[in-house]
Amino acid sequence: MIQLTPQLTTLLSTLTNPMVALSDPAAADPHAAATTAHAVGEVGHGPAWVLLIPFLPLLGFVLNAIYAAIGNKSKLPAWTTVGLLAVAFATTLSMFLSYDGSPYTVHAFDWIQVHFGDKSMIADFSFYVDKLTILWMLFVTGLATLIALYASEYMSNDIGTGYCRFFSAFGLFVFSMSCLVMGDNLLMLYLGWEGVGLCSYLLIGYFYKKPSAVAAAKKAFIVNRIGDLGLALGIYLTFVHFGTLEFAELFSNEKLMGYVADASVGNFSAIPGQAQWIALLLMIGAFGKSAQFPLYVWLPDAMEGPTPVSALIHAATMVTAGVYLIARMYPVFLVSEFALPTVAWIGTITAVLAATIGMAQFDIKRIMAYSTVSQLGYMFAGLGLLTTTGAAFHVLTHAFFKALLFLACGAVMHGFAGQLDLRKLSGVAWMKGWGIVGVTMLIGCMNLAGLPYITSGFYSKDMIIAEAFVTPGYSIIGWLLIVTAILTAYYTFRVYFRVFVGPQHAEPGNEHHDHDDHAHGEEHNHDAGQHGDHHSSGFHPHAPGWAVNVVLAVLAFASIAAISLAYIDKAEHHGWVGSMVHDSTAYFHSPYVEQAHHAAEGTAHAVDGPVGFKAPKAVFGMDAHTAMILITGIGGIFGVLVAAFFHGPKGWQGLFIGGRTEAAKCRMDAVARRFGPIPKMAENKWYVDEIYHAILVAPLRVFSHVLHWLDKLLVDGLVNLFGFLPRLFAWVIRPSQSGVLQGYAVNMAGGVVILLVVVIVVVLRAGGAA
Amino acid sequence: MIDSALVLAQQSFPAPLGDSMLAHYLFVSAAMFVIGLVGFVTRKNMIIMFLCTELMFQGAGLALIAFGRHHLGADGQTFVIFVLCVAAAEAAMALALVVLLFRHRETLSAEAWKELNG
Repeated sequence: MIQLTPQLTTLLSTLTNPMVALSDPAAADPHAAATTAHAVGEVGHGPAWVLLIPFLPLLGFVLNAIYAAIGNKSKLPAWTTVGLLAVAFATTLSMFLSYDGSPYTVHAFDWIQVHFGDKSMIADFSFYVDKLTILWMLFVTGLATLIALYASEYMSNDIGTGYCRFFSAFGLFVFSMSCLVMGDNLLMLYLGWEGVGLCSYLLIGYFYKKPSAVAAAKKAFIVNRIGDLGLALGIYLTFVHFGTLEFAELFSNEKLMGYVADASVGNFSAIPGQAQWIALLLMIGAFGKSAQFPLYVWLPDAMEGPTPVSALIHAATMVTAGVYLIARMYPVFLVSEFALPTVAWIGTITAVLAATIGMAQFDIKRIMAYSTVSQLGYMFAGLGLLTTTGAAFHVLTHAFFKALLFLACGAVMHGFAGQLDLRKLSGVAWMKGWGIVGVTMLIGCMNLAGLPYITSGFYSKDMIIAEAFVTPGYSIIGWLLIVTAILTAYYTFRVYFRVFVGPQHAEPGNEHHDHDDHAHGEEHNHDAGQHGDHHSSGFHPHAPGWAVNVVLAVLAFASIAAISLAYIDKAEHHGWVGSMVHDSTAYFHSPYVEQAHHAAEGTAHAVDGPVGFKAPKAVFGMDAHTAMILITGIGGIFGVLVAAFFHGPKGWQGLFIGGRTEAAKCRMDAVARRFGPIPKMAENKWYVDEIYHAILVAPLRVFSHVLHWLDKLLVDGLVNLFGFLPRLFAWVIRPSQSGVLQGYAVNMAGGVVILLVVVIVVVLRAGGAA
Repeated sequence: MIDSALVLAQQSFPAPLGDSMLAHYLFVSAAMFVIGLVGFVTRKNMIIMFLCTELMFQGAGLALIAFGRHHLGADGQTFVIFVLCVAAAEAAMALALVVLLFRHRETLSAEAWKELNG
């Protein structure tokens, strides 16, 4: 089924540059010339042990539910979950290592098989494995294991039913995510898609006694339904147009291949509109799940859930499902004239918008949430800019460093009784027992800020931004993304300079904290109290335990180590992720990249391809990638310096340019005042929620009130009328049942008289007629 | 034998009741019935009401006999004898009931028994 991509590549190569055809190994692929007739047969059957990956987490779900039922009050649910997920991760690793380059399916059981006429709709419960699947499953199961380990400590205040409930939903989430990523047809994907949505809902609303958590859970669920409608319609249209839902068949579909060939020469008018609509509908689904403008509003509110949930579901895995969907269905997106440009623009708008909001927030977890939205915007921009490799690479690096950032923030939140306001915390890294959190947070921030060469986030972000400059017509997106990168560096280090360095100060949050049941009570830090703040007197932050520290350290190591991925297979596939993407349906070799290389080297072949295939100009006379490494590197450092100047503490901790001496005050306060209402507007999220409320929620509420009254008056009225009529009749005739004997006698006599009259009249009539 | 006896009996009786005579009987019968009915409806005393029903019975019985005589059939008279038997049994029952009801309410008025739960 992967012949599609080589075919496309060959086509593009010959059209644009003969050099590409020679240098690209895909062009030499024996499948390239093969016909598609036996495509399905080429997708072999895989080993059955692959089924362990989805079903072990499901077992975890069941076991934890049983623990809850029998009232377990220990850390058993956590260890069960960590153990099962670790085995699932090991299985994924062996799936990766044993993968021989050709995709396969693993059949669990028959699920939906509908036959009508000569057509049939088959959606079995089976799993499709290619390198894209493996890439995603590696970080999903790996991060899930780590975060479950973290949660074993983080959630320990809730040991008992809540603990079981948490890990139960956790297991169900990993199962659903596996179905989403590994499903061999679009219905399995949809099943997983809805499953992760459900788990997201359950876990955001984990603190179900807190009204804000319940509201956030409902918001996430409802906003996602809007996107899911698009996905459902897209799947429906896929079946209507291509007659199959199975990936193996879909991507070897002759119709689709024909469209892709048409699209590669810009001949979109030859592709039926129905086929072009599929991508646009699927795109809406992806926007909902991956929190893209205008459906991003649920993600920041989703931070009401416990922090491990924010890290796993709302930063690392579930929200990348939209990226996965588009990457998986990339051929379908290629044949749509407007889908990918829309994806690119929406991604860019989201990235800029979320970054501006993130700059003005004071809640550190919310800042991380907006940065997640912003980084997802980068991924979508990458997809739209024809670099699935860049998008997938950013998904991977972002998964590591954003999970790290969330977990570090979570450790702070946990240790300071729910305190998340960056104005009320300072110098956390210097407090006793917080060293690892401070260091790993620094590594996470550097990755998010994209500091050049020493962070993996830099490489993945650079790959996307560079692509904007080599793809003709998208350089505005490139500049917007560069500006966003600077903003990102600023707001990330704003958090770091405010919370983790500087004078030590801590005001506890308002969460009830019972210190008696903490095993590490002796580690309590008394420094915070010594700084003489009356709020903190008597409060002892408790430093994170070994599980949290180990997980943070592993993630910090991983986010640095991921740099190496940029160098593995660099020549052939632009890095290891490129080699993973290359052997999947997501592969697309942007024709512009090679052209840019040649343009920069002055060896442009003056290729005048068909529509739109003009060699793009190089950026500042350099190869776009080289130029971007310089620009984004300098931009990232500039953002950090700005943050240091405005928020950094005095002395070396503020890089010698900071001037902050208190937790609550910094130079930014004076600057912000000069901007008038703008910072306040940004802090209030540009009133997007309020606008949605006014435009959508309020009218809908009014409409539902109207419907409510219609229901009450019309429908209920009709029903009540039918109930009322017999009662009215009874009310009319009830007096006749007086109980007075004479009354009955009169009635009887009257009845007899009436009967007599009737009989007489009838008899007379009959007599008259006769 | 029986047939000839019946024929003999019919022949030996005066002629069948004439139409005008029948009308007189029926008038009396109707008057008795209506008097009984009006009495039943207007009086509250249960014994009087019972007597009124007897009056209606007899009115109806008189009509039956008159018709029987008019048609020279035995049916009407047979029927009346049944009615009288039933009325006799019924009189015993009804008067016993009236006595029992009187013991409950110390009155013979039918109004006292308007409500079902008593």
